[in-house]
Amino acid sequence: MATLALRADYHGDRKDSADKFGGAILVYINWDKHLFFYSAKAFPLDPNMPFAAVLEHVIGTHFCQHPEYKDIDWGTVEWSLNNEPFQPVMDKSLAENGFDHKCLLRFKTAEKSAFADAGV
Amino acid sequence: MSTKKLNLKDKYRLLTRDLDWDFSYEDRKDAFPFEEFEGIKITDWDKWEDPFRLTMDAYWKYQAEKEKKLYAIYDAFSQNNGHLNVTDARYVNAIKIFLTAVSPGELAAHSGFAFTGRHMGGIGARIAAQMQSLDELRHIQTQIHAMSHYNKFFDGFDEFSHMHDRVWYISVVKSFFDDARSAGPFEFMVAIGFSFEYVLTNLLFVPFMSGAAYNGDMATVTFGFSAQSDEARHMTLGLEIIKFLLEQHEDNVPIVQKWIDKWLWRGYRILTVVAMMMDYMLPQKVMSWKEAWELYFEQAGGALFKDLERYGIKMPDYTDLIKAEKEHLSHQAWWTFYTNSQATAFHTWIPSNQELDWLSEKYPETFDKYYRPRWEMAKEMADKGERYYNEGLPQLCQTCQIPMIYTDVQNDPRDIVYRSTKYQGERFHFCSDQCQHIFENEPEKYVHSWLPVHQIFQGNCGGPGGLEKVMDYYKLDVGKANMDYVGSPDEERWKTWKGVA
Ligand SMILES: [Fe+2]
Ligand SMILES: [Fe+2]
Ligand SMILES: [Zn+2]
Repeated sequence: MATLALRADYHGDRKDSADKFGGAILVYINWDKHLFFYSAKAFPLDPNMPFAAVLEHVIGTHFCQHPEYKDIDWGTVEWSLNNEPFQPVMDKSLAENGFDHKCLLRFKTAEKSAFADAGV
Repeated sequence: MSTKKLNLKDKYRLLTRDLDWDFSYEDRKDAFPFEEFEGIKITDWDKWEDPFRLTMDAYWKYQAEKEKKLYAIYDAFSQNNGHLNVTDARYVNAIKIFLTAVSPGELAAHSGFAFTGRHMGGIGARIAAQMQSLDELRHIQTQIHAMSHYNKFFDGFDEFSHMHDRVWYISVVKSFFDDARSAGPFEFMVAIGFSFEYVLTNLLFVPFMSGAAYNGDMATVTFGFSAQSDEARHMTLGLEIIKFLLEQHEDNVPIVQKWIDKWLWRGYRILTVVAMMMDYMLPQKVMSWKEAWELYFEQAGGALFKDLERYGIKMPDYTDLIKAEKEHLSHQAWWTFYTNSQATAFHTWIPSNQELDWLSEKYPETFDKYYRPRWEMAKEMADKGERYYNEGLPQLCQTCQIPMIYTDVQNDPRDIVYRSTKYQGERFHFCSDQCQHIFENEPEKYVHSWLPVHQIFQGNCGGPGGLEKVMDYYKLDVGKANMDYVGSPDEERWKTWKGVA
């Protein structure tokens, strides 16, 4: 289907195409079942950044306010990229790990608490 | 010489229908160039039944009388320091949302109806749309005047028009009206005239007006009353346009159905903020969002769609989802604003124990299970002096532009709904199947959604240099007009006026 338009060639320019972020790619990150953060967060990231750096400097600084963050056992965390199961390689870059523009990274932890039961 | 007085019917004909003329040396199609591209087939404009018979001179007379009364009350309200009569200064935050997010919609409606009032081929429809266009202009003016008194005493009102084109959550409403106004005349009429004014107005306008009545806000109540007879006309116009389009040609039915499906969803998503206002922002509650939805949509809307069945129009198939979402909507929204109120133009707060109990009672299935724990955690943090503000910026839905806060309420309400599609090699994200379908029907349009979060990253909101720059770009006085109500200048002033320490 297409927009009903006066002009057959009507097409808006893509406002968020990859070329508009100064070489960065947009990555959305969500900690599943932790609605303390109400939605995934968006980050413009250098695709050459190693995954380990994202874990430390992006996830580590943006999800640490949750009181249970410090208890996460990162060895058991389940990751997904664009809703497919995913195993990050820590010392490889985002690009090498398969990240592209406007991708969605989710992680699932297994802590047990009343807050976790409520999805907080 | 005696002048014969015209009766109302003749007058109406002369002052409306007879204003039209036939085109002798120009093609009528050139005069109404937007009438056909949407695929709507009109066989006979004469079948248009005027939803109301109001001549222009009568219109001016009625409106002038209403204005006179309205402004007399505004003056009295002002002279008597009417703002001191509200239940609590927290309440004023509800009308800050009204002025920043709803009133600009009146102006957008004014311009949209001016467009359809020019471009529909039938004179009866044009006149009705022109009157509505004038009404909507009156609405934004009277609303600004009503709020101007509060603006002298509270923060958060003064930059509403600057904020409209910029602030992250206000973009939701702006994009809604931009979407409708950039459509053809018939889609606009179905979008705003029917879906918004006829079906959803009781869930937008009425909650704000009754919220005002319950909370001692005379100014808002008064413009509500003054707009009421206008709204009655708008509703009959919305219903007439639908019936007219459906009766004109059977080929119109699937087109109209698609527009109803789209616009009821778009409108409903906007009501998220009303749900939150009703459940969290009114010191004196009117009813819960859930009760309002049941009363005004499930009952009243159900009857309407039964009526439209004979034209082959069906209730949108997502109404079961909305039914399930009504248990969650307001809680998700207030939490989002509470944790982000370093970037809002109003104050937020943790509900009192009494309010938490009210919410438990109104939402027995969901509140204690999913939402009370959040407030307990927030309270714990605030008590330790670590009031929680979310770091970073949210992922937004490409279509409705709302942060991706909606969860899978029919399966596990702890899981966010993620939908995405690829178009021209780029991935687009959505909060729901509905927003995805709307995008997929018109990707040419929604690829250029101005998503505030992405615009910030591109450096288009005050340039690079962090959120401080963005707040300047918004003209948001951080710490004054926003964040916690408790400890705010608003609260301080209120306590002084009320003589409480
Ligand atoms: Fe209006
Ligand atoms: Fe209206
Ligand atoms: Zn959406």
